[in-house]
Amino acid sequence: MSDSSDHYVQFKNVQKSYDGETLVVKDLNLDVQRGEFMTMLGPSGSGKTTCLMMLSGFETATHGEIYLDGQPINNVPPWHRNIGMVFQNYALFPHMTVAENLAFPLKVRKAPATEIAERVDRALGMVRLQGFGNRRPGQLSGGQQQRVAVARALVFEPKLVLMDEPLGALDKQLREQMQYEIKHIHENLGVTVVYVTHDQSEALTMSNRVCVFDDGVVQQLATPDELYERPRNAFVAQFIGENNTLSATLQSVDGDHCTVTVDSGETIEALAVNVDGAGSRSTISLRPERVTINPSEGSYPNVVTGKVLELIYLGDHIRTRVSVCGDENFIVKVPNSAGHKPLNRGEEVHVGWNVEDCRALDHRPAQ
Amino acid sequence: MATVAPTMTGPILVEGVPLKQRLARAERRKRVTALLMVSPLLLFIVVSFVIPIGDMLFRSVDNPRLSILMPETTKALEAWHPAQSELPDEAVFATAFKEILALRESGDLGKVASRLNYDMSGARSLVTKSGRKFKRIKEGPYKAKMIKADKRWGKQRTWSTIKVASNPTTAAYYLASIDMRYDENLEISNQPESRQIYVTLFLRTLKISGLVLLICVLMGYPIAYLMATLPTRTSNLLLIMVLLPFWTSLLVRTTSWIVLLQTEGVLNDILVWVGIIGDESRIQMIYNETGTLIAMSQILLPFMVLPLFSVMKTIPLSQLRASQSLGANPVLTFFKIFLPQSVPGIGAGGLLVFVLAVGYYITPALVGGPTGQLISNMIAFHMKSSLNWGLAAALGTLLLAGVLILYWFYNRLVGIDRMRLG
Repeated sequence: MSDSSDHYVQFKNVQKSYDGETLVVKDLNLDVQRGEFMTMLGPSGSGKTTCLMMLSGFETATHGEIYLDGQPINNVPPWHRNIGMVFQNYALFPHMTVAENLAFPLKVRKAPATEIAERVDRALGMVRLQGFGNRRPGQLSGGQQQRVAVARALVFEPKLVLMDEPLGALDKQLREQMQYEIKHIHENLGVTVVYVTHDQSEALTMSNRVCVFDDGVVQQLATPDELYERPRNAFVAQFIGENNTLSATLQSVDGDHCTVTVDSGETIEALAVNVDGAGSRSTISLRPERVTINPSEGSYPNVVTGKVLELIYLGDHIRTRVSVCGDENFIVKVPNSAGHKPLNRGEEVHVGWNVEDCRALDHRPAQ
Repeated sequence: MATVAPTMTGPILVEGVPLKQRLARAERRKRVTALLMVSPLLLFIVVSFVIPIGDMLFRSVDNPRLSILMPETTKALEAWHPAQSELPDEAVFATAFKEILALRESGDLGKVASRLNYDMSGARSLVTKSGRKFKRIKEGPYKAKMIKADKRWGKQRTWSTIKVASNPTTAAYYLASIDMRYDENLEISNQPESRQIYVTLFLRTLKISGLVLLICVLMGYPIAYLMATLPTRTSNLLLIMVLLPFWTSLLVRTTSWIVLLQTEGVLNDILVWVGIIGDESRIQMIYNETGTLIAMSQILLPFMVLPLFSVMKTIPLSQLRASQSLGANPVLTFFKIFLPQSVPGIGAGGLLVFVLAVGYYITPALVGGPTGQLISNMIAFHMKSSLNWGLAAALGTLLLAGVLILYWFYNRLVGIDRMRLG
């Protein structure tokens, strides 16, 4: 029973504990829509892999129900769930050839031999490994093994595919290439994918929606751009992309705007996103690329003074570390645009930003 | 400045010296050091292992005693063949007569007697008795007088036995090992039924080793599987339980089986006490094949479990999960994914258990009784009691050859490089 057929996977009040003392997953409510690429993102130990394991059936939920296409699946064993799965270490069967690996789920389902051969060929073509059918997994490179693992999880045409940090063992360049490949396969086949990773750039690149986990709780579930532009709380702001944080105390709240006093004494206008009433503590979040150094007079409502501590030349931009409002690790990305005035170390500068780019979030001690 | 000139035809030259030679020179010091470091062990192994074994192997064909002690008779018998005439001629008898007398004087007659006794029962008494009787014979014709002294000198069997025994290298020990012999006509034929024991023993050894192997696989596999899949704390406990008997003396374990299994032993007592069997029908579980089988299986079990365990530990859990997620239930997953990958472990453990079982000695000697003896017990008997070292060496060589053939097969089937022993 589900309220909408679009909710292909549903977690309802799911809890999980391994030792009976602490909850690894605390009251999870989550919907994954049909055909969606949904990523569970979070630091290690945040409960994301546990959620995946509960969905695949290798862990049982301590409390709550999981629905797949409207059917409760808590009591369905993994081998009856018809869910494709890609593992971090590929989990290819070393004693079988690539073709035998791909044929395995079809043979188990007692498909006719001609159909198996045809589908294996098609799957190999999909991951651009034609002609590799007779090799053993040990004779393939890491990237090729991963493609075989993806093909194997898709060859029996499951409606849902789970991927547990599948690119974790690959080097950076290969990982980026594989990200696009998996994304394209998803777009072409239209399967629902639930993907687990701790790499936020991977999550932003591939997903329709990202579900940020921390401490067994979903911190925010949103599209990649929303997650980056409008983080709901300080954890998400910190975890996704680079972020400057200032600890502050709330002075007054006026609609969606608020006035805060930073711990070093400056008063700032900010967007009230996730704050309590006046007098409460708050974390101010600012993206480094939304801050301007030495803005023209009156262009920004928030302007404070700072001192340049470090300049790192990165080609397209200059990463500038500035001491602002008592924060020595305040980063500003200065675009390397034509005619910009070079800065010097130790120079006194003005730093300005818009109210919309300055989000007052819940209080969280800076890490 | 070195000039490196790679050419299509010749070797690469560095300052006029081939690169290979330079490399060898550079590596020589390393090689010499390595050799020096292993040399004590090498010396030890050569002196205490290679030479004695080579010597024993040689003994299985070496047959010097008669040709040294009775050189004239040996030479004289060369011309005789039982196919041509039933008995050697007078000259051979005369030579043998003189040499037997001479040996009696020098006190070496007993050696000849016992050597001949290996091949012909009763030869010992024939030779030693004749030695005494021959003293009274002063002159020929020796043939008639010797036969008169003991009619066995008139038997073709006696002379063909001497002829075979006088050959300085012989296949007779190997023939004896497979229950064959040279008969009166010097043809290879079966031993008389009453003396056929070794083939039966070899077969029994193979049978018991095979059964021990089977029992060890059946009992060891589930234990190893548990050890490989349970959490580390539990599996360590299991490992200790497997290793504990492994660390206990072989003798202690064998004798404790006697305590447990004998007719007045613990197991029988319990069965009687519970009332499963009556006091008068206690089960004979030891001093027979059953005893050998039980004790050997228990003693050799760790040799099966440990290689299995170390192989199974390398099979990742994620593979089993992958298989299940692909639709294979746990039973299918076990047979399609786990079992095939644990075969090298079965191979390694199986080879180890089988090879050890084939050569097992103490346990069958203690708990085997008459029907539980293995070929190694017979080898020990010939080494220590009958002192027929030639036969012991031949039996041992056959055993070694059998093990090497097994090893070769294993290497062909599984590949020795895939064997892991923990």
